[in-house]
Amino acid sequence: MRTRRFRTVLATVAALAVVGLAGCGGEDSTGTQPGNANSGVTGDVTVFAAASLTESFTKLGKDFEAANPGTTVTYSFAGSSALATQINQGAPADVFASAAPANMKTVTDEGNGDGTPTTFVKNQLVIAVPKGNPGGISGLRDLTEPDVKVALCAEQVPCGAAAKKALDAAGVELTPVTLEQDVKAALSKVKLGEVDAALVYRTDAKSAAADVDGVEFPESAGAINEYPIVVLKNAPNKPAAQAFVEYVLSDPGRAVLTTAGFQAP
Amino acid sequence: MPQLDTTVARPRPAAPRHRPRRVGRIPLALLLPALLGLLFLVLPLAGLLVRAPWTTLPQRLTEPGVLTALRLSLLTATLATLLCLALGVPLAWLLARIEFPGRRIVRALVTVPLVLPPVVGGVALLLVFGRRGLLGSWLDTTFGVTLPFTTTGVVLAEAFVAMPFLVIAVEGALRGADSRYEEAAATLGANRWTTFTHVTLPLVAPGIAAGAVLCWARALGEFGATITFAGNFPGRTQTMPLAVYLALETDLEAAIVLSLILLTVSVAILATLRDRWISAP
Amino acid sequence: MTVDLTVHAARQRVSEPLLDARLVVDRGGFRLDLPLTIDSGEVVALLGPNGAGKTTALRALAGLLALSDGHLTLAGQVLDGPSSRSWVPTEQRPIGVVFQDYLLFPHLNALDNVAFGPRRHGLDRRQARRQAADWLHRMGLAEHARRKPRQLSGGQAQRVALARALAVDPALLLLDEPLAALDARTRLDTRAQLQRHLAEHPGATLLVTHDPLDALVLADRLVIIEHGQVVQEGDAATITAQPRTDYVARLVGLNLFRGHARGQTVLLADGFRLTTAEQHDGDVFVAFPPSAVALHPDRPAGSPRNTWPAAISGIQPNGDNLRVQLSGPIEVAADITPLAAAQLHLVPGQRVWAAVKATETRTYPAAPA
Repeated sequence: MRTRRFRTVLATVAALAVVGLAGCGGEDSTGTQPGNANSGVTGDVTVFAAASLTESFTKLGKDFEAANPGTTVTYSFAGSSALATQINQGAPADVFASAAPANMKTVTDEGNGDGTPTTFVKNQLVIAVPKGNPGGISGLRDLTEPDVKVALCAEQVPCGAAAKKALDAAGVELTPVTLEQDVKAALSKVKLGEVDAALVYRTDAKSAAADVDGVEFPESAGAINEYPIVVLKNAPNKPAAQAFVEYVLSDPGRAVLTTAGFQAP
Repeated sequence: MPQLDTTVARPRPAAPRHRPRRVGRIPLALLLPALLGLLFLVLPLAGLLVRAPWTTLPQRLTEPGVLTALRLSLLTATLATLLCLALGVPLAWLLARIEFPGRRIVRALVTVPLVLPPVVGGVALLLVFGRRGLLGSWLDTTFGVTLPFTTTGVVLAEAFVAMPFLVIAVEGALRGADSRYEEAAATLGANRWTTFTHVTLPLVAPGIAAGAVLCWARALGEFGATITFAGNFPGRTQTMPLAVYLALETDLEAAIVLSLILLTVSVAILATLRDRWISAP
Repeated sequence: MTVDLTVHAARQRVSEPLLDARLVVDRGGFRLDLPLTIDSGEVVALLGPNGAGKTTALRALAGLLALSDGHLTLAGQVLDGPSSRSWVPTEQRPIGVVFQDYLLFPHLNALDNVAFGPRRHGLDRRQARRQAADWLHRMGLAEHARRKPRQLSGGQAQRVALARALAVDPALLLLDEPLAALDARTRLDTRAQLQRHLAEHPGATLLVTHDPLDALVLADRLVIIEHGQVVQEGDAATITAQPRTDYVARLVGLNLFRGHARGQTVLLADGFRLTTAEQHDGDVFVAFPPSAVALHPDRPAGSPRNTWPAAISGIQPNGDNLRVQLSGPIEVAADITPLAAAQLHLVPGQRVWAAVKATETRTYPAAPA
């Protein structure tokens, strides 16, 4: 607690110094970089973000802090539905980044969003297989082989809904051995070798590239998952929240996200 | 109460009101935290009841997945308890009655599943009994048996998490039981096994029953280790807590209904068993 | 091996004792060394103060404790022989034990408690129950067969425990303070019944007790141990007449002193002289009962030659009388009537004169130490 507050004070002092310098140096920022030193935002930004954004948002947050000295980004990464419930119960968050429009709708329906949510990335499914693809899996049809064990997400969570959509679109019927509670759980079953394949997001496969290969399949185009982001109505630090969302939508923000395997909307 | 009145009424000039009362009055310093504790435990239940969708309850109850998950939960929790009894009671006996080097360490090891986050327990089970696991790969190649994603896997995961409750309860009962009864049995010609079955077990039966109830309740509510080790598939590995968790993703009311069903059924079963035991001679 | 056979076999060799043992147990600073033989049909009482090693001896006999040295042979069979590395575990020993608080199995009724042993000795359930019912009948407990131990009175529980121990037809019956848990009234009845059942028992019986009355009534022979060693052994009459240690003297209610006799004078270790009726030369014990000690407020003028000033260190009721503990040149106990105590206004700390007539003393030679 003590060190945290100390850090915030330091950051504020630093921010004032930078603002002073910027004032002397005049305009030197570009239009594509809204989160620059001139935005003047400071303080804490609390971001509630879907678990699948963990790696990319952590990186993005550091970049944002560097571009906006005096700001500190704090994350709560969890399942989108759990986050939505917490926000509706009054959790003190500034920004909500959901992995599915449905969970975002839960929040906006209660009037807890400030303005309309924006889709900032899309994610699509790949078939995660053990490194080197020992089973030689090249498409959804291969998953219906009787000796191939498949993990899907449960339909109640976004990756499961997407998987169902993709399988329906392909007209493939398969019986998974398990319906996992989230995409990371499905992925870890592949990592541990307990299943031969799992339908996960491309970003997840990419984050586990050391153990897992992602096999693209055409039907995934029919089940693209959109990630909306919104500033929350009761945000304690609205200017900073606004700046954060703008940073996510900016070019440098996009770059971080696409590197992680997301697609631009 | 009448006893208290007579105490007060008896003239006793030398002993003023500071005399400790033996009956009637419960000290506020105990009563207050006790009631707060009770409230703390019961209020969340009240929260569930208040938010329960009473009007749509009947049709929600008849949804097909609900009964399947409930049946599977009761079945696996019972089987897990039986497994814990078969392995845990002898283990408790060993810990309570036999002196062996490293007994304290073994006793500490027994409690590992208590402190281990259940999800980690599930991963640990996968590393041992999984397809690539230490024992699992041997089971697979030798007998063609795989445990993850099976009902047996659910039973194993629940037993792993619930067994410490049984072992600790039974070991406590064994330590509390007078071991001289076992000596008496020996002087009457009973060997160690007969003594265990005919004397020790009946003596600690209440402790075993209490341990089994704790164990069953813990197994019934098990989530983390189960979903990690056995996965989640309706009818095979999806127990009530898993169904509740997934319902929570989309439909809070469905989750509440499922929780209430689990609560009602388990409380009803425990209450019935309790009455049986009490009325037994 | 059946118990019946060993008992019968033992009875054929009457010349040898049924139990022949030297029980040596070393336990961190304490050493029990107890030679013990008991014949068929004989009841031996093992007496001693707390911590003397009575329970250790009983546990060694029952096989609940291993001997460090010595030997233990029952009915010709070596049960424990440290030198020959032979060992028969408790459950295979032809013994029966009545424990101090009986240890009746609380979950079994009286009948099944008694049937427990026969069942373990190979009888089927029906035979075992029939035998148990027989024993309960002999104990006068037929109508209590279905009762659980907690529903039995102390005396009834004691008899069930005795029946349970006897039902396995033991070659050696061990009783650990069998009457200690009972109140005085029950004790009297139960003791009489116990005496009858012990007399009927064909095997050897060892009774461990610290109550001299139990020992005197129930046993044919007394073995008294202190600090793990036998201090005196013999029949009740001998021990009562001639105690050889302070503990034994107090046990039988006598004042006992050891000294060197020259004619009718015995010189005690601390220089005190006692005049005795009998003449002896050499080391002797002098004993006299507390009732032989008379108390006077002033120095008595007259016949008793043994008079000395003493202080009262304690007064306790003792039956109908009061027992007064006296300190002074020698420590003795005196029995006086409450009336005398009232007349003398006796209180602890008070100084009185004590007197013992020489004719009330008994003198007998002490074995050279």
